[in-house]
Amino acid sequence: MLTVVLIVLPFVAALLALRLPQQLAGRVAFLAALAELIVSVVVLFHFDKTGGLQFVFDKHWIDSLGISFSVGIDGISLLLVLLTTVLTPGIILTAWGDTSKPSSYFSLILAMQAALVGVFVAQDGFLFYLFWEMALIPIYFICLNWGGENRGKITLKFFIYTLTGSLLMLVALILLYVKTPGTHTFAIQALYEAGRSMDLPHQTFVFATMFLAFAIKMPVFPFHTWQPDTYTVAPVQGTMLLSAIMLKMGIYGVIRWLIPMVPLAVKEWGMIAIILSVIGIVYASCIAWVQKDFKRLVAYSSIAHVGLISAGTLTLNETGMQGAIIQMISHGVIVFGMFYIVEIVSARTHTREMNQLGGIRNVAPILATAFSVIMLGSVALPFTSGFVGEFLLINSLVHYQLWLGVVAGLTMILSVVYMFRAFQKTMLGETNTLTASVGDLTRQERFVLYPIVILIVLIGIYPQPLLDISATAVKNLLSVYLDVRFL
Amino acid sequence: MNALYVICGVGVFALLAEVLNLKKWISNIALAGLIAAIAWIVFDWRSVSYRFQGMMYFDHVALAFTALILIVTFFWFWMAKDFFSSDEHITEKSALVLFVVAGAIMMVAFNNMAILFLGLEILSISLYVLAGSNKLSLFSTEASFKYFLMGSFATGFLLFGITLVYGATGSFNISVISNPAQGMMSVATATQGIPRFYFIGMLLMMVGLAFKISAVPFHLWAPDVYEGSPTPVTTFMLTVVKIAAFSAFVKIFSVTFSKYAPTLQLLEQGIMVATLVVANIAAVAQSNVKRMLAYSGVAQVGYLLLAFSSDSAKSAGIIFYYLAAYSAATLLAFTVIKIVEAQRGSASADKFKGLFKSNPLVGVAMAIAMFSLAGIPPLAGFFGKYLVFTLSVGSHFVGLTVLAVITSLIGVYYYFKPVVAMAQAGENKLSVSVPDRYLLILLMAINILIGIFPDLIRVI
Repeated sequence: MLTVVLIVLPFVAALLALRLPQQLAGRVAFLAALAELIVSVVVLFHFDKTGGLQFVFDKHWIDSLGISFSVGIDGISLLLVLLTTVLTPGIILTAWGDTSKPSSYFSLILAMQAALVGVFVAQDGFLFYLFWEMALIPIYFICLNWGGENRGKITLKFFIYTLTGSLLMLVALILLYVKTPGTHTFAIQALYEAGRSMDLPHQTFVFATMFLAFAIKMPVFPFHTWQPDTYTVAPVQGTMLLSAIMLKMGIYGVIRWLIPMVPLAVKEWGMIAIILSVIGIVYASCIAWVQKDFKRLVAYSSIAHVGLISAGTLTLNETGMQGAIIQMISHGVIVFGMFYIVEIVSARTHTREMNQLGGIRNVAPILATAFSVIMLGSVALPFTSGFVGEFLLINSLVHYQLWLGVVAGLTMILSVVYMFRAFQKTMLGETNTLTASVGDLTRQERFVLYPIVILIVLIGIYPQPLLDISATAVKNLLSVYLDVRFL
Repeated sequence: MNALYVICGVGVFALLAEVLNLKKWISNIALAGLIAAIAWIVFDWRSVSYRFQGMMYFDHVALAFTALILIVTFFWFWMAKDFFSSDEHITEKSALVLFVVAGAIMMVAFNNMAILFLGLEILSISLYVLAGSNKLSLFSTEASFKYFLMGSFATGFLLFGITLVYGATGSFNISVISNPAQGMMSVATATQGIPRFYFIGMLLMMVGLAFKISAVPFHLWAPDVYEGSPTPVTTFMLTVVKIAAFSAFVKIFSVTFSKYAPTLQLLEQGIMVATLVVANIAAVAQSNVKRMLAYSGVAQVGYLLLAFSSDSAKSAGIIFYYLAAYSAATLLAFTVIKIVEAQRGSASADKFKGLFKSNPLVGVAMAIAMFSLAGIPPLAGFFGKYLVFTLSVGSHFVGLTVLAVITSLIGVYYYFKPVVAMAQAGENKLSVSVPDRYLLILLMAINILIGIFPDLIRVI
């Protein structure tokens, strides 16, 4: 029942916020997000780490088509739900006091949260697809109505790109659905059975279409071309939603809906997907290296990091999977902080050109310190959250194939190159006329950034509790690969 | 069946209203008549009846389509109040609309080729006049003339087809035609098997009806006619007429010629692919939203044909749902277009600028309509597409489904044009009348509700 509360609460709050004046809407939205966070923490405390799916709610919805409103939480879902509920209050808080954002803006953020949680807990193929698409609508309007220059074209490209993937995924889901026995059903276990019993050509079709959907969402090279533009043009809250939470939908999809569904095809074609991901790591890192625009740089760095996660996930060993999950959390937190730093700097100087910035550390030391911690997390320094995930991921890749692991490991070096370059250009050096007037963090900004900084360090030092939560779920998911039938 | 009497009665009454000096009340009387007719259908729901010596047949499929037509007409009268507000020809216009509905019901419930033809002609002739009802507009006159020429041409095909089939089987009755071997009259056919012109007749009927449902390559009249006609009439043609024509199409080729369904399948699929590809690509180039929706009306036929050609026996329920969802979205879109057109002069995409800020209700309504037509969940249009895809994948046409997916992505591109325009900074506020406001809210609710709870209207 708590799972349903997690979905319904933000949705109701979204409807409520719509009717309120702007100031109040922001406050109510924040309170609702906090309440949501509390509910998710309650779930965390009642969660049994050794058990499988918990907090199940299953009710028939469209009986004639075998569609039910079936949700539940296991370790992987729980971590991603927590990521969503922890970051959303922060996202709402960053929009406080911004008079250009009316109450409908907060409403859309909350609706987005409801859909995201829905994606992470859905246990029915149709429901999953529904939430998957419903997450797209609020973010589309956030970017369309409050985005930057040329937003109409860019957001439409984003929409069509993602919809391409998801409609093809719908075809794959329907194909699985019609293969289920009797009067068909969308229940996840039945879909697993149907998928596993298919021959290789059919599994390949399902793999190709679903992987395309997930790859576009993440995005994996070469399906990433919508991403830098969209991240750059979106308002900062939109960018945060997209990068910190929404792209996790893609990775989650791979873990939950692809790997256990079509094991033969994953074994057969996983290598290609990994190679694409690894190419993406190097490619995006190199492009990030030469970026002049601060926000674009972070956008490209996100492609690089996600490439590593996707590669690690498909190695199909426990280390890689666990690394992927912890890195999802870590990347979400870090990229959230990173985009907020970008926003703070660009709001004060009215530019994102790094060449025009410089010397901010002299005038805003706290800002510079926060940035440095987040940056260190991003480059995966030991004792930051980034290190744990990237270490596990690269470790699993080296076991999978040495040279792929080596190339993927370049991400650690390359990210140092472009991130330190960005830090140097913006924070260090001489303070110029543009940056001289930059004020340090306000109370509201500290309120958002301090928890982020603490989280980055905390997860880096002591990641074990997070790893424990997902361990059982990961074992369950990978158990299909230990089954002799599929080897 | 009683619904048909009611509609005809109200239609005749509308003609007389001029004499009785009831002009002002006419659209309310029509609304009341429609409600009565719908109520009668609910009352008749469980019955199955033959009427007029078996020339018409009302089962739950026919009743459901009739109800759909009546409900859409009800909303249409609500939406098109302005169409009847000018002093000119109120009685004629409303009577013609009601006669279109009568014709549509005959096309839905025919059991005899003569009734099909009669219904089609009652419907078409009234529409030729309605299309030209804006006498001062050159485009309206052009639309009327084009529609008349092309429509008569199509009717000719249909009639010739019916004649040939009659020649082969000696009957207009559907059940006789569907079993040509038993129904044959002439000695020649009895000895030589089914004559070749039976099949030629079948194909000619397909051509005639493909004209009416505006499937590619028989769609060329559609964009000009839809664009030129007065906006309410366009709405009417895109919804009620399409429902009637498509349900006639379904009845002919899944019931009457059910024996030849496997043979016809390839042909239908050819038409379907052409419709999906050509209409969706042509719509991309349109900057006028009304014309764009005209092409979209053609494109949507492609999805209906995908369902129908995949498995014609199972498709009736899906087609019903799809048409209902499509009509709800189209009505909503055209209510907005009507408001914009009346106050900003035209319906080109840039006239929609700024609507999200100036008129959030209108903006959201248009967005919902476009999203539903584009097939974005959780709206009704999505579920329609989903049902179609399920049927086609279930019938092992995965390739065609992927094609339909790709064309619906093209669809997203053009459906989003007005949505993108609405988000731009734009012109001043529109004034929306109270009935229009309620209509917008109600139609939005319908679009969302039947998307989330599709079982509500999945009656067949």
